[in-house]
Amino acid sequence: MAALTREESAALIAEVLEVYPEKAKKDRAKHLMVNDTTLESSKKCITSNRKSLPGVMTMRGCAYAGSKGVVWGPIKDIISISHGPIGCGQYARAGRRNYYVGTTGADAFCEMNFTSDFQERDIVFGGDKKLAKLIEEIEILFPLNKGISVQSECPIGLIGDDIEAVSKKAAAQIGKPVVPVRCEGFRGVSQSLGHHIANDSVRDWILSNRDGQAFETTPYDVAILGDYNIGGDAWASRILLEEMGLRVVAQWSGDGTLAEMENTPNVKLNLLHCYRSMNYISRHMEEKYGIPWMEYNFFGPTKIKESLRKIASFFDDKIKAGAEAVIEKYTPMMDEVIAKYKPRLEGKKVMLYVGGLRPRHVVGAYEDLGMEVVGTGYEFAHNDDYDRTIKEMGDATLIYDDVTGYEFEEFVKACKPDLIGSGIKEKYVFHKMGIPFRQLHSWDYSGPYHGCDGFAIFAKDMDLTLNNPCWNMMKAPWDKAAVAAEQKAA
Amino acid sequence: MANIMIRQNAAGGLVFYLPKRDLEAAIESIEFDTAEKWGGVLMLENGGSYYVDPIAKPARLPISVRARRLGAAED
Repeated sequence: MAALTREESAALIAEVLEVYPEKAKKDRAKHLMVNDTTLESSKKCITSNRKSLPGVMTMRGCAYAGSKGVVWGPIKDIISISHGPIGCGQYARAGRRNYYVGTTGADAFCEMNFTSDFQERDIVFGGDKKLAKLIEEIEILFPLNKGISVQSECPIGLIGDDIEAVSKKAAAQIGKPVVPVRCEGFRGVSQSLGHHIANDSVRDWILSNRDGQAFETTPYDVAILGDYNIGGDAWASRILLEEMGLRVVAQWSGDGTLAEMENTPNVKLNLLHCYRSMNYISRHMEEKYGIPWMEYNFFGPTKIKESLRKIASFFDDKIKAGAEAVIEKYTPMMDEVIAKYKPRLEGKKVMLYVGGLRPRHVVGAYEDLGMEVVGTGYEFAHNDDYDRTIKEMGDATLIYDDVTGYEFEEFVKACKPDLIGSGIKEKYVFHKMGIPFRQLHSWDYSGPYHGCDGFAIFAKDMDLTLNNPCWNMMKAPWDKAAVAAEQKAA
Repeated sequence: MANIMIRQNAAGGLVFYLPKRDLEAAIESIEFDTAEKWGGVLMLENGGSYYVDPIAKPARLPISVRARRLGAAED
């Protein structure tokens, strides 16, 4: 049962929109909807992937964040240069906790900040020479890098530097791939275009590097796409896939390497976790190499079982039996987790507002714990994401696209969820409102949440947050005493 | 003119994909669908329509082709 009825939800949206000026109201109304599970397409109800309104508080990032922070950053043996002023790079160095195996500074570089540190004179005279020198220095200082990518920040596009020419020259000089990525922050309306640009640059500069070279394949080769190994997510997923008999050739891009990416065209199936950020390259591989791809979801036992069976359906009986064996092996463990935490979490309401896949992917995991998601929304999804979301969510629940700070607060006040899952920018606002909050972008410094091992951690974290005694202490003792006295008097 | 990709979905129907705008929509009808002539006007489920120069039926989908917009669902 939904927290609000359809009419109440619609009234709430209308009420929240009331404060906006006429034009803004008209625009924002298109981004908010009450879910109707009978719909096939979200197109008529919700508009997405549009420019945020000036003057509202949006939680979106930029194209550079999508390319450097999400797609390129986690590749451990490629050095991603943040080409431009220093700040962008400083705030994008594995802040999502993309775990990897390797020695940072020797053969892995995710957590380091390589930047050309643009100053005024670089803007005036151009930064190409500096970039060439930077690549030279990197080669001397970090000889074990397998390649370099140049992630453009806004000024590069504005002053028109030719990073392609510099990269080409440098690549010939050092004999490694040097990939220019035109992911200036001003491109597009959100980080989503950055994902696309990053995918396209991987396609153009990396993917076909080993075409024609011998590679020992098995009939069970797969690649994990769109798993950024946040808190070890990809490892938790990989365990399940390997146990069912598949060989994971590549991880894109959490704990991934250049060699893995170059070998991906040899796999039999691409497994896509984050559809939003890696569907582009999957589509390309489907066309060029004939590799089918499928979306899967490793949050919560119900979805894991569904996904394992769906993955197995692409392979022969050996893998199908393997999938069943994996399910059988982990079911008791999952049941134990549910038995322990469901009584503590049952009936609680959750509101979500995350990036590109979690607003729909984690719904199943919450439902497994007996919780109900009463509202969900994406920062940068497109309409095909909402098409998928409609089916996952309950009827008459709220769906909001690129929600503004004000709208989100008002929705929370009206829906009174027991838990909110969103990003760091929202976290402390809701903490101050006295509502339990989990940061769902990088699992609030916990994780992994994928896979069977992840679900146990997920359940524990939700319990620790929700049933934390601190939420009863939101009122100062003297205020409490006053309330108690009043009640006594009455 | 825009580059589009036509692929087959799990159910066997054709799906239209416009990478530039991340537009994905099922194709409701295709004007020519024979072995030697394939393409023509594509009617999309979202109300848009595109024209693809007819070619011999591709041996394998997906395929990227150039398409001209006839009428779009939005704007």
